[in-house]
Amino acid sequence: MRYNERELLSLARQPAEKAAEIRMSVPKKGNVLKKRLVKLVVNFLFYFRTDEAEPIGALLLEHCKITKEEENVFSISFIEEPERKYCFECATKEQCQEWVEALRRASYEFLRRSLIFYRNEIQKMTGKDPLEQYGISEEARFQLGAHRQ
Amino acid sequence: MKLNERSVAHYATCDSPADHAGFLRKRVERHHHHAHHHGTSYQRRWFVLKGNLLFYFEERDSREPVGLVVLEGCTVELCEAAEEFAFAIRFDDAGAKAYVLVADGQAAMEAWVKALSRASFDYMRLVVRELEKQLEEACKSLAACRKSPWRSSSSGRKRHLSNPALQPLQEKPTTLENGYSTWSSGGCVAGGATCTDHDGGQPKPPPLPPRRRLAASSATGSPAPGLSPAMLESPVSPETICFSKLHNWYGQEIAVLRREWQERQKRGHP
Repeated sequence: MRYNERELLSLARQPAEKAAEIRMSVPKKGNVLKKRLVKLVVNFLFYFRTDEAEPIGALLLEHCKITKEEENVFSISFIEEPERKYCFECATKEQCQEWVEALRRASYEFLRRSLIFYRNEIQKMTGKDPLEQYGISEEARFQLGAHRQ
Repeated sequence: MKLNERSVAHYATCDSPADHAGFLRKRVERHHHHAHHHGTSYQRRWFVLKGNLLFYFEERDSREPVGLVVLEGCTVELCEAAEEFAFAIRFDDAGAKAYVLVADGQAAMEAWVKALSRASFDYMRLVVRELEKQLEEACKSLAACRKSPWRSSSSGRKRHLSNPALQPLQEKPTTLENGYSTWSSGGCVAGGATCTDHDGGQPKPPPLPPRRRLAASSATGSPAPGLSPAMLESPVSPETICFSKLHNWYGQEIAVLRREWQERQKRGHP
């Protein structure tokens, strides 16, 4: 699958929602934990060798499951391959909890569900659709009751 | 740079609804030098927009996308191509190539330009923050109404009770409100529970996004590594990190309102 790698690399250089040096392993033989700079930007998680400017890899965080494995370890796996896990060993359990929470909110799909929730709540409270003033009420991506996964 | 391509391709083809889809002709870069003609050529592809990702497939029923355009940070503009109904997706980077796409007609072109220009994660996040603020304000005015003196509050309350906005509290739950029953048991991330991100087919209301103590202009987030989301404990609503907490707070408001109303009813009937 082709993709605009250049733009993805540019995204990796932008200010991050969260960034830290964390030991991580990728799902392959050995599962060795290596220290990486891990950076969350929009719905992508980039990981770099600690002294390099360009990421080694990127994970799109849609349809993924963030699991707290142990006190300071969490993993990311994807719906279609639940056994393949990217593991992250944090310095403290607090850091682990912060990352788990941040990553669970990092998907576009999560944002969409939040928006639909707020829109619905505001409409119930005030009787008005808050999106009307922006002229975007009819956009497919904002629809109430849309059963989205 | 590696990308979790298998998972990305799966996201493209799974049955989560697309934000927009349709055939477009995509201008092709000509790499080979043995081309017989000098005009630009186009390939017709099936395009699917999901979130901030634009996928394209060879055919509508292809099982895997041929390509992906990550849309974050792009601009979408109509372009002066020889083709009618052409538009371009461009990026800031001077050397980056633009994606020139051609729609079937005026309406299709306009629909695509609209959908693509609102596709970024940043845009979605802005709208969510705005709605979060509005909801907080709506709660504030609800709380303010409750705090007013007895006389005006009774009429205020009558207005409230007849206000269609309050009635849903007594209504049978709709599919979205059904979430109330699951939220208190499953909504909160804290406590070591493994709150899963994927729904498994059920509409799962999310814990509210964290309050961000950032200037509205800072769209791409805090630059400080390891900085946890700012938590603002406002006087009228608790921090929104944990939805079940907010839900309980709402519930308390309602419980107090109901109790006061019932007491007044009792006093009214000797």
